[in-house]
Amino acid sequence: MPGPIQSIERAAAVLRLLASGARRMGVAELARALELPKPTVHGILRTLQLVGFVEQSPDTGKYQLGAALFHIGSSYLDGNELRTRALNWSDSLASRSMESVRIGTLHENQVLVVHHVFRPDNSRQVLEVGALLPSHASALGKVLLADDPVGLSLADDEPLKAYTPATITDLDALSDTLEQVRQRGWASDVEELVDGEVSLAAPIRDRRAVTVGAVGISGPVERLCDEKKQPRTDLVSYVREAARSISRELGAIPW
Amino acid sequence: MSTYIAAIDQGTTSSRCIVFDHGGAIVSVAQKEHRQIFPKPGWVEHDAEEIWANVLDVVHGALQKASLTVHDLAAVGITNQRETTLVWDKATGKPVHNAIVWQDTRTDQLVKELGEQNRFREKCGLPLATYFSGPKVRWLLDHVDGLRERGERGEVLFGTMDTWLIWKLTGRHVTDVTNASRTMLMNLETLDWDDELVDAIGVPKAMLPEIRSSAEVYGTATGTLEGVPVASALGDQQAALFGQTCYSPGEGKCTYGTGSFLLVNTGDKPVVSENGLLTTVGYKIGDQPAAYALEGAIAVTGALVQWFRDKMGLIGSAPEIETLARSVEDNGGAYFVPAFSGLFAPHWRSDARGIIAGLTGYIDKGHIARAVLEATAWQTREVVDAMNADSGVELVALKVDGGMTANNLLMGFLSDVLDVPVVRPIVAETTCLGAAYAAGLAVGYWSDTETLRENWHKAAEWLPTMDAKTRDKGYRKWKKAVERTVGWIDEDDNDE
Repeated sequence: MPGPIQSIERAAAVLRLLASGARRMGVAELARALELPKPTVHGILRTLQLVGFVEQSPDTGKYQLGAALFHIGSSYLDGNELRTRALNWSDSLASRSMESVRIGTLHENQVLVVHHVFRPDNSRQVLEVGALLPSHASALGKVLLADDPVGLSLADDEPLKAYTPATITDLDALSDTLEQVRQRGWASDVEELVDGEVSLAAPIRDRRAVTVGAVGISGPVERLCDEKKQPRTDLVSYVREAARSISRELGAIPW
Repeated sequence: MSTYIAAIDQGTTSSRCIVFDHGGAIVSVAQKEHRQIFPKPGWVEHDAEEIWANVLDVVHGALQKASLTVHDLAAVGITNQRETTLVWDKATGKPVHNAIVWQDTRTDQLVKELGEQNRFREKCGLPLATYFSGPKVRWLLDHVDGLRERGERGEVLFGTMDTWLIWKLTGRHVTDVTNASRTMLMNLETLDWDDELVDAIGVPKAMLPEIRSSAEVYGTATGTLEGVPVASALGDQQAALFGQTCYSPGEGKCTYGTGSFLLVNTGDKPVVSENGLLTTVGYKIGDQPAAYALEGAIAVTGALVQWFRDKMGLIGSAPEIETLARSVEDNGGAYFVPAFSGLFAPHWRSDARGIIAGLTGYIDKGHIARAVLEATAWQTREVVDAMNADSGVELVALKVDGGMTANNLLMGFLSDVLDVPVVRPIVAETTCLGAAYAAGLAVGYWSDTETLRENWHKAAEWLPTMDAKTRDKGYRKWKKAVERTVGWIDEDDNDE
């Protein structure tokens, strides 16, 4: 096995330093702390910036950790762990909404269902844990894409597939929708994946306020929407309350 | 309706308070762990004062999280770790000794001296074992200076954790039938302290609490819960049976926690087991007749996952065991029998110790993770077989609850080895729910058990997919592994 690669060690030291304080740091400051020449540190920072691991403030020129790094870190939340921590609150959501509940995480640009609670009517239902949902055509997926720094850019690799006439297939339109999702804190899919079916979802955040999953309900349009085909506000608030409770369980600051 | 029911779950490792709404949904949860005190190998104690302080904390915390006050509570119910034994001074309220926890085996010798294992089974439904409260009180009476004399004068009081909490909350010295049925001192037919049992085990009657039903107003709380009726008490496993709405004979559940406990309602008559199960009181609602249950107690299930996490360090958190176990297709031939403190139901062998059988050079940590999870399923299978034999009726589906039901791999495997559907209800916290239900019934918050049944809904279901040949082979190997655990302890192993 070859020995450690010096430049990677140095890059790691830079990241560790930037992570150690709440403060942004300049090139000179970092170089001093690491006892390295300024051009070397500058080169490392430029490369890290390119891959999104650090960000430079346009005003001061100082550096901080980048969003892509948080995304990588967040994917380490084990799906089985998320299910365990969410159990009580997903159950409560199913009881209150009387609809089925799913929790999803982003997996190679699709939504991986990590938890499923049956609709509480004792009808025959099949556990869908492990299923994949298209992210642009589901409420869970929209929530995850909205808070994912790299998600939408990956989406341009292939055209968005239409599942129903209502599926959003235009990237710009999807981008606008995601902006709206970010603004209001929840997402919906109104017959965009299956005709007659609606889903609602809200983000689950951890203690760094990074979105680590989404929780939502799904059911027929007659039950989930009002007569104007808008998602029922009472159900939206149940979903958001459940998402907040799970986030609190994960250590997010209560808001 | 703006009022709620609070349930206090005083458990082995932590105390919790959960507030429920009228639909049986969770409104808020608060939890706090307490110290496990290990004075010697095999000894486990709790500080009852610490537990009482934690209970007040979690009650306060649960109310605060949901922005509620005591006025929003229609009643509070109690469920508790069973058999854990405390004696305190009636005048000062101070415990005379730490509580002796159910896992504690210090009464090993005493239990042997008390006689043959099934000596009291007819009357109290239990085999003589270190597990139960009676021998634990006797140990305290024998080892704390002057305690027997003070007990005879009624200056000190005995109680399990339900009794301690009710006494602290209301000042009344009572226990419920389910907790009393774990002492070895109560007669299952009369539901009262039995003179012969009390004399044989050697506990002064003056220090025993009054035995009441599981659902009635024992008193009104003072202090933090000022004015709230304290309206139920059930041992944790009986509370889970009640929360799973197993109100008809033949209905049962298995709760997966540190240990696992399968209880089946046997109706209004106690059934004496011929296959290593315990006979216990399921619940008693006010003046109605008691419902009895058969119980299969498995000592180590979730505790094995914790051991794998804390002692082996192969996973960072308990749920990660599923991720590790899924890294391989099967157990690779490895079987793990966690007889850490002997085997409980249906074997009751205190001389057994744990083993991992079937090791080869092929086995990696993923296979061991599988074997750890599968141990819970195979132990359940043994208890279900005993239950089927005692009741003469085949189990058609298993209702499950508890933390481990979040593990999909385990639940699927459980369904495979039992060859029946495994069903999780919408509230996995059935222990607290059961205590809340009983308290709610006592104060008229819920009208009857039928209303409660309507709250029960299926949240997940796992169906068997394993072929009979694979299942039979796996069970055969498991049994062979179990055979290899017994007789490990020798006489001189217990010498200091």
